[in-house]
Amino acid sequence: MSDEYEHKLEAKSDYAGDASSVSTPDIDAVPDAELPDQELYHSHSWWTTYVFSQDAKYIGIQYALTAIGTGLLGLVLSWLMRIQLAWPGLGWLEPSSYYQFVTMHGMIMVVYLLTALFLGGFGNLLIPLMCGARDMAFPYVNMLSYWAFVVAVVVLLASFFVPGGPTGAGWTLYPPQAITAGTPGYNGGIILMLISLILFVAGFTMGGLNYIITVLQLRARGMTLMRMPLTIWGIFTATVLAMFAFPALLVGCLMMTLDSLLGTSFFMPAMVSLGETLTHEGGSPILFQHLFWFFGHPEVYIVALPAFGIVSDLLSVHSRKTIFGYRMMVWAIVGIGALSFFVWAHHMYVSGMNPWFGFFFATTTLIIAVPTAIKVYNWILTLWRGNIVLSLPMLFSLGFIVTFLNGGLTGLFLGNVTVDVPLSDTYFVVAHFHMVMGIAPILVVFGAIYHWYPLVTGRMMNETLGKVHFWITFIGSYAIYFPMHYQGFVGVPRRYYEIYDSPYVDVSTLLLNKFITIAVLIVGAAQLLFLYNLFASARLGKKAEKNPWKANSLEWQTPQMPPEHGNWGKELPKVYRWPYDFSVPGAKEDYIPQTQPPSEIIGAKVEKT
Amino acid sequence: MSDSSLDNLPKGWKSVPNDLGSDQTAFKGVQWGKAMMWIFLLSDTFIFSCFLISYMKGRASTVVDWPNTSHVFSLDFMGVPVPLLLIAIMTFVLITSSGTMALAVKYGYEKNRKMCGRLILATAIGGLIFVGMQAFEWSKLIHEGVRPWSNPFGAGQFGSYFFMITGFHGTHVSIGVIFLFIFARKVYRGDFDTGRRGFFTTMKSDYVSIEILGLYWHFVDLVWVFIFAFFYLW
Repeated sequence: MSDEYEHKLEAKSDYAGDASSVSTPDIDAVPDAELPDQELYHSHSWWTTYVFSQDAKYIGIQYALTAIGTGLLGLVLSWLMRIQLAWPGLGWLEPSSYYQFVTMHGMIMVVYLLTALFLGGFGNLLIPLMCGARDMAFPYVNMLSYWAFVVAVVVLLASFFVPGGPTGAGWTLYPPQAITAGTPGYNGGIILMLISLILFVAGFTMGGLNYIITVLQLRARGMTLMRMPLTIWGIFTATVLAMFAFPALLVGCLMMTLDSLLGTSFFMPAMVSLGETLTHEGGSPILFQHLFWFFGHPEVYIVALPAFGIVSDLLSVHSRKTIFGYRMMVWAIVGIGALSFFVWAHHMYVSGMNPWFGFFFATTTLIIAVPTAIKVYNWILTLWRGNIVLSLPMLFSLGFIVTFLNGGLTGLFLGNVTVDVPLSDTYFVVAHFHMVMGIAPILVVFGAIYHWYPLVTGRMMNETLGKVHFWITFIGSYAIYFPMHYQGFVGVPRRYYEIYDSPYVDVSTLLLNKFITIAVLIVGAAQLLFLYNLFASARLGKKAEKNPWKANSLEWQTPQMPPEHGNWGKELPKVYRWPYDFSVPGAKEDYIPQTQPPSEIIGAKVEKT
Repeated sequence: MSDSSLDNLPKGWKSVPNDLGSDQTAFKGVQWGKAMMWIFLLSDTFIFSCFLISYMKGRASTVVDWPNTSHVFSLDFMGVPVPLLLIAIMTFVLITSSGTMALAVKYGYEKNRKMCGRLILATAIGGLIFVGMQAFEWSKLIHEGVRPWSNPFGAGQFGSYFFMITGFHGTHVSIGVIFLFIFARKVYRGDFDTGRRGFFTTMKSDYVSIEILGLYWHFVDLVWVFIFAFFYLW
């Protein structure tokens, strides 16, 4: 083992010797700056400082708070739905309200909470800081991106107040039912939903261009792509996916808007509705499903990849260990991203498409499990013999691994056509996707917030409240979703407004529905505890020291914490290594920041990166 | 990065692993805005691909026959219906405007303000003529009874896809024309020579913006070639 390190050290000094031909080789050499220092926008007024801010950190916080606020509505909607399901006799909700809440809950959680929070929130906050840039490449466009998102949210929420209410078509918005009489909000809410999505895509495109260019063109001296934290790899790849997946959603939304407003028949076949023959004729409803899922499946990974990246960093920092198989982790992220464009029709096995398609898409779906499994193994091997600190981010990361594994395994069930056909449209599907792209990413979001909170506010969040929050959320999620797997197996269909006592429904289902609802109420209330912690700690929290987690990545190495406008003071950082040099034999401390030059750690057996 | 240090980098395919394995920038010597435009155009390619693939699928699954396009798109010239006449002129104008745009970029980098401005204006006028002819074509079809929801020649989807896709492309051209006029003004005013700051972005102007605008314009032309092939020749 030590021979190998010796050899690597030798190789390193050889390399440094090549760089400068002088007799004393400069082992701290990094390549010269390629570009002049970035010119920053400096705000002059209250409006440009606090409202139309062009500072990526600030925009990140704006994005995160807006997304969380919208997500809170999604949470309340889930409460209302669950109360209806547990006690259908109460007549708590109208059937139409139930469908509207299902739809809005789904769309809000997937697009307006998770996508906006991971890419808009964490992307804006972390990309410039972790890459060693002063700001995003295009701060003005970045600001427009946030405000387009705000307008999208406002339009979405406005649909609650139009006649007929929001759309009740389900979050997949399948035509023809989405725009046909009988579906709630078929002529008002659905239009606002489609417009809101189009606005979201436009806003996201502006932000996404920023994230991609900042990662590709604005890195610090010495920061190679293979020295970037996995968080950045995850967010970057997810952004690339979004840039190529959202166009399909945009086109689908545009065409459905025209179907509804102009009476075109892109997706509308000839139909009889309420006893009358509609004027539509000759459209293809399956076409919408293809467009939607060409967006919809990459969307799963748009949410999952940032979570993968962030959790890798959290696990490494909080177990004081090098991430296992860094390069494999990077290639797995990229591979999952590429494959995610070839699996979309596994959402459509029962849609009536050609059965040969099912064969193809089942195969690709199983292939995508390979890089995903690599990641799970690598997380576990990162933990192996690590110095695991059960801090809040670590707890949530561990919760993520288990939950993601659980949801991933049921994904293998549903990826196979023969197993999917009987299970589709049951609660098994609901349990699967909530586990894998609901609970798992949200656990990472919590872990990430507890981890980076000091970077934003300079204070720590309350540990005790956080632990209560973790255990209720973690155990509660299992109390909610494990029974749903069972309900799916006994054949309980999803999207039913009431499951009442009948010969076809097992009595256990009814009892479980009550149990699940009580768990939902408790878990939801625990999130309020989290929100209290989030806001109260900004004022009352313990002052954080600089680099409180003793992490290596650049965001903790700013001259001030929290970092000020421009992030780095006079000098941009220079990067000498990857961010995973933890517990290096021979080093004085158990961590070596990316900015620490080789001359300061002579004798430490670092890996060459 | 100065040009001399760019010269020392590996050339050809070797440059790909070298640049991707390096620090700071993945595209050496490429201005941020230019890289951004390329990525945006890639994303826009997906939008137009989705439109055209939807069109193919829609056309393949209608219950009524698709209209005979060489009949629908013909123009009466001296009493004789000539198929594709108008479209041929439109396409010619648009492709020519791509040529003037390319020249504008060249003169821009040579800091030849006058020629650059003139050529941008010529490009803008070419775009305007294109949009004008498109408006003419639309109104002609509307006169003949073609609507987004139905038409007298065959499947209703013909009008739906035609108006939607040419409309979306026409919007792209119109946005391009607006920016061409704005940039012609900026060139004449000398913004790019003095590095005058942008009104919104407060960032310095640079002749590279003309190349970025050119990228967009060429893209819009390229998309038209595909729309032309799929709508008028099929």
